[in-house]
Amino acid sequence: MTVLVDAETRVVVQGITGKQGSFHTKLMKDYGTNVVAGVSPGKGGREVWGVPVYDSAKEAIRAHNANASILYVPAPFALEPSLEAIDAGVKLLVIITEGIPPLDTMRIITAARSKGARVVGPNCPGIISPGLSKVGIMPAEAFSRGTIGIMSRSGTLTYEIAWDMTKAGMGQSTVAGLGGDPVMGTNFSDVLTLMRQDPGTTGVVIIGEIGGDDEERCARFIADTSFDKPAIAYVAGRSAPREKRMGHAGAIISGGFGDYSTKVAAFSDVGVRVAERPSDVARLAKSLFR
Amino acid sequence: MTRLYEYEGRSLFREYGIAVPDFETADDVDGTLRAAERVGFPALIKAQVLVGSRGKAGGVVLVGGRVEAQKAASAMFSSRIRGEPVSKIMISHYVDVEQELYLSLALDRSTASPVFLASPLGGVDIEETAKTNPKAIVRQSVDLTAGFTASQGRDMARKLSLLDEVHSTFAQVCGGLYSLMTNYDADLVEINPLALTPDHRLVALDAKVILNDEALYRHPEFRDRESRLTSDSELEKLAHDKGVRLVDLGGDIGIIGNGAGLTMATMDLVKISGGSPADFLDIGGGASAEQFERCLSVLLDYPRVKLILINVFGGITRCDDIAAGIRQALSEHTVRKPVLVRLVGTNEARGREIVDSIRDAEIEYFASADEAAERAAQLAREKP
Repeated sequence: MTVLVDAETRVVVQGITGKQGSFHTKLMKDYGTNVVAGVSPGKGGREVWGVPVYDSAKEAIRAHNANASILYVPAPFALEPSLEAIDAGVKLLVIITEGIPPLDTMRIITAARSKGARVVGPNCPGIISPGLSKVGIMPAEAFSRGTIGIMSRSGTLTYEIAWDMTKAGMGQSTVAGLGGDPVMGTNFSDVLTLMRQDPGTTGVVIIGEIGGDDEERCARFIADTSFDKPAIAYVAGRSAPREKRMGHAGAIISGGFGDYSTKVAAFSDVGVRVAERPSDVARLAKSLFR
Repeated sequence: MTRLYEYEGRSLFREYGIAVPDFETADDVDGTLRAAERVGFPALIKAQVLVGSRGKAGGVVLVGGRVEAQKAASAMFSSRIRGEPVSKIMISHYVDVEQELYLSLALDRSTASPVFLASPLGGVDIEETAKTNPKAIVRQSVDLTAGFTASQGRDMARKLSLLDEVHSTFAQVCGGLYSLMTNYDADLVEINPLALTPDHRLVALDAKVILNDEALYRHPEFRDRESRLTSDSELEKLAHDKGVRLVDLGGDIGIIGNGAGLTMATMDLVKISGGSPADFLDIGGGASAEQFERCLSVLLDYPRVKLILINVFGGITRCDDIAAGIRQALSEHTVRKPVLVRLVGTNEARGREIVDSIRDAEIEYFASADEAAERAAQLAREKP
């Protein structure tokens, strides 16, 4: 079993004729993802890698009974197609696009909430349930089928840690790249809620970073729900000076900016083992996830 | 974070129906005097700078007449407020105040919606109020689909125990802030203090507006701000001139990575190994050889950087592009610095081949980030 995506996931690619959209459609299909249709306004009727293209998300989703969409549309044009996909009834919208203004992201999340849909991202690598479905841009070789759930705010660091796990013989049930933007459609606690109930997931890895308070919330969630699967966390940014901003986190309120020590303390307090280096995750996992 | 000057914020407030004191701006002492005559005395002379707490740093002066105004303006134009030179001054009509309130609208990541924060304790930092008197803060989230309603504003006014007769005006001010935020893609709009005058008007005595950088393409009038860099770091300025974004960390081991998380992790590994990171430079996703070459050049050129550690996990980014960028940068530089390379992922083999083909360079290849970081720290210790 997996969470978020599996062999039943029927995916529409929004922005399929663009450079990234087309490239990753090929890679997703090669991986075995059930890509049922693509969207590119004004280019309906064409095919990309054998996938039929439609002018609108509504047509594509209805015609193929799609339940998920992955969006590669550039930031200035991302709002409308996102709302359109949600309106047409997809249950999962993965937004790869980087640089979407936070107010637009909030509009998308608000709309999704009212329709019972889930947004993952934006600015994220997507989701992979190894061997079953990849709705994202991650290099497939880093992942293998297994029972460890991974969730992360950072793309490349996820590949790094998943690859270590794969080499160590520990495959993954689902790996969720949640994105580095200050406003996220899905956070750590949301994924934990799913993984908690998933019999196919026996342990979880949480890859966080300084900024925001999602790690602290996640730790609270673990305590509040008596989360009973072993968990390991890694938090990037221990050497970052407090007053400087490292890329990701934006100027957004929510109880101050979490620094490394508060996040590590939050995890340790609720029994989550914290890895000092990325490479320690797989080492810890070997002893903890048996 | 694109912060607007107070006079710009005030103009926007006016446009959105929020009352502000009469004001003018001036670029020199004579202009200040002429403007003060028009605005009338007593007046506030306010330095237009972007640093915070300018009041405490002498950036706001109350003047009763011409002589005082001249004195204040000439002092201000020749001074720096917390390091920032003053090139513009606002002359603002002085307003009598009965009560100072706090009102802001910010983005709340946890609820994915804008949220109003209001407090009857204006003029002080809201974070201070949150600590000392959290009950004095009234919060109101706004659903972006439904939008802001006047009844939400009146409700806040009630909770703030404002006089009944200003409830509607308060709701109008809130509505103005909401429209301003959503029309200009602001991360924050703040009025501190919002003054209740003896004749029961609500007047914004300060205007803080921070626009979101990602959305500046929609607001071309503020686009030039993107290129404005307020930094004391020579390395950051140098990088900025070459179109490279980095954070100066003060050490001697240059760091380049792809993705903020991986780059921070690399920095952390260097530190754990006893080294001192010179910078944080995230090339982002899908960097071309040419872009990478520019990044590397900045660090090769900067004397404080003794060596450079490159840690790339290829996904969208291709290892061969990175390798080509390294080769190009090294061939154009006479400066010789050790370059430690850790490249894995997409097109790894091809990348390795290119790196191996580079001659006349101190280049070392690593399969693991831990080993690369250890080696970097060791080399930095050995090099004078």
